[in-house]
Amino acid sequence: MSKRLNLVIALTIAVSLVLAACSSSGGGEAKLIKIATQSPLSGGQSLLGVDIKNGAQLALEQLSGPLTEMGFTVKLEPYDDQATPDVGVANAKAIVADPAILCGVGHLNSGVMIPSSEEYHVAGLAFVSPANTNPVVTTRGYAEVNRIVGRDDVQAPVAEAYAFNELGARSVYIIHDKTAYGQGVAEFFRGAAEKDGMNVMGFEGTEETANFDAIITPMLAANPDVVFFSGIYNQAGVFFKQARDAGYEGTFMGTDGMDASGLADLAGDALVKGGGMVYTSVAGPASAYPKAAKFAEDFKAKFGADPQPFAAQGYDAAAVCLKAIENAAKAAGNQVPTREAVRDAIRALTLEGITGTISFDSIGDLPKAKYFIIKVNATSGAEWGKNEIVAELEFASPGMGE
Amino acid sequence: MNRQGSVMKQLTSNPIYKFVLFPIGQILAFILGAGITLSVLVILLAYIFRGSVSNLDLVERTLAILPKVLIDGITIGFVYATIALGYTMVYGVLEFINFSHSEIFMVGGVVGVELLRYLETQGSLAGMNQYVVIALAILLGMVISGSLAVTVERVAYRPLRGAPRLVPLISAIGMSFFLQDAVRLILGLTTGEFNVILPKFGTFDDFQVFNFPGLAAPVQIQNKTILLVAVTVVMLVGLNYLVNGTKVGKAIRAVAQDRPTASLMGINVNLIISITFLIGGSLGGAAGVLFALKVTRLDPFVGFFPGLKAFTAAVLGGIGNLTGALLGGIVLGLLESFGASYLGIFTQGAFGAEYKDILAFAILIAILIFRPSGLLGQTVGQKA
Repeated sequence: MSKRLNLVIALTIAVSLVLAACSSSGGGEAKLIKIATQSPLSGGQSLLGVDIKNGAQLALEQLSGPLTEMGFTVKLEPYDDQATPDVGVANAKAIVADPAILCGVGHLNSGVMIPSSEEYHVAGLAFVSPANTNPVVTTRGYAEVNRIVGRDDVQAPVAEAYAFNELGARSVYIIHDKTAYGQGVAEFFRGAAEKDGMNVMGFEGTEETANFDAIITPMLAANPDVVFFSGIYNQAGVFFKQARDAGYEGTFMGTDGMDASGLADLAGDALVKGGGMVYTSVAGPASAYPKAAKFAEDFKAKFGADPQPFAAQGYDAAAVCLKAIENAAKAAGNQVPTREAVRDAIRALTLEGITGTISFDSIGDLPKAKYFIIKVNATSGAEWGKNEIVAELEFASPGMGE
Repeated sequence: MNRQGSVMKQLTSNPIYKFVLFPIGQILAFILGAGITLSVLVILLAYIFRGSVSNLDLVERTLAILPKVLIDGITIGFVYATIALGYTMVYGVLEFINFSHSEIFMVGGVVGVELLRYLETQGSLAGMNQYVVIALAILLGMVISGSLAVTVERVAYRPLRGAPRLVPLISAIGMSFFLQDAVRLILGLTTGEFNVILPKFGTFDDFQVFNFPGLAAPVQIQNKTILLVAVTVVMLVGLNYLVNGTKVGKAIRAVAQDRPTASLMGINVNLIISITFLIGGSLGGAAGVLFALKVTRLDPFVGFFPGLKAFTAAVLGGIGNLTGALLGGIVLGLLESFGASYLGIFTQGAFGAEYKDILAFAILIAILIFRPSGLLGQTVGQKA
């Protein structure tokens, strides 16, 4: 008797559990839409990565109104790629496995974006990159991969032209961080320098982050007019400081990876002594974009600090995702759109973003992107806002070729 | 007995000779030996390849940076040697590689820099004597690293004392990860910053200029480099005295030779092992602070590469052998510095500084093929 009673109770519980599970998945999740972000949220590059996520979060709060009115719940799903390719790919697998994710914002590093986007490509999941500048990101021709910044094969020649024409440099020492991004820019820079007849006195790759003696000694002996470091601020800052301390008096140049207040914290007055330091960027400070003033205010009010570079791009990338999902959902009769529909909607889109007008060409590049050359006037992170834009240029995307 | 012999004997039994002059002489001999060998080698290479380079004089360029390359190599060599002593001492008494030692080194550096940063926020950093400040930082780094090493031994290794040899090794690797992320967590919770940046103070960044006859340009050496070398030499001499001149040192050597017999002779083996970890850890901590002073930035993962190199240095010199660790550190530091600075010059940029580790490790492998017990290791073979 008691055995049968037990069985009945067990069956009742099982059935009710199944029913409960069905009802929750049938009711709530049908209208749930997620946007993923992938950027380094921990580690040395987290300063930039966290603000990409925060920018996207701000966009979600301010711009998800139309989707909410259509009855959707929009959620941000942040992932930490730790600036590491294998972590990025592992996250990418988790992201494509979540059917509620229809669009993504990321990554910070080209070296992480390129392998991760193979996963997005297979799953047909669109990603909008706020920061990746390596040409390969888009030149594979994937319909899922888009970016709202410029490219290294333009950025590096812009930097080289500035060094050659404005600084009058005739010799250069090139150092890169051996990543897809750093080495890529360095090689484009070398190509441009050789074309102009500049003397390339050294071309070194290094993963060192602490003791740069072995690179600085031959560099000092060569005494180049310009040292071009192609990499990320956490490595470059230490290198600049040690090189300046060791007696280098020329000009340091860098890429958009230097555009973080952490660089000045690390390097201190090494950036303004001697020939100073300039860097090229595909993302100017918020003040460079007339429409981003309100964004900078809202950002500071919400997160308690000025936005780092790429935060505004994070905002715009998320805005592209939201608008494309909205368009695709409307076309699908207010139903949750497919990933393919969102992917195609992104390419069809023209959006007035805070960093300018955003539309994409056939491979996912901006038809025309902005490039900035910025001179550092800061000796500490708090003064990073004192940096000035010394040149602002607009170049067409080179497309699939070179 | 002839007269000369007795003079020699008198000299060798004189404590000043035995514990100060002899070890310093040994260090000098190592530096001169390795430095001169490598210098002669690159100069020879420069002469051989002189004709193949058109636009610059290879010999001139080689000689121009040679003094700086030597100094770079010796500096980093002393850092490696100081860390390597920690590996080799632990190997001597316990016969396993304490892989968490690189994190002990990192903790010492982080603690030292955090003390300086604390003094800076208090506003007292600028007003204090810079040598007092750096001595305080080194002492604090030594105390914290030393006690951390003892704790790690007590928690992670002693319970595994009787286990197969791989087990404490795995425990050590786990401890290494644990310490890295523990420091990352603590830094994240307290300062919220990943990079630990040395505040600027004193005149350590300034140069001393040395004019040597026969050299075209004067040699510039940063004060902090001189400080680093001086402090490590003092520590190495101190360690030599401790191990070879005191009762504790005798007990350490006894435990290293034969643990059960040492215990039968009334030596408290557990205490001696703890003391070994304390000494090795404090040396690592001091090296961490000096390394931080030199490179100006640390993070929780900064110990990995110096630790790996120091371990290599210990193997190169003959693991378990204190003099060997010193020699191995200096040789590896010089090899690395020469490789990094000259590869690019000799290969016209085809192989750059990024290949320095490949060169250094290729030489290590070559040495271990012909001398598997390392440069100075003899007794290790029968023990292991």
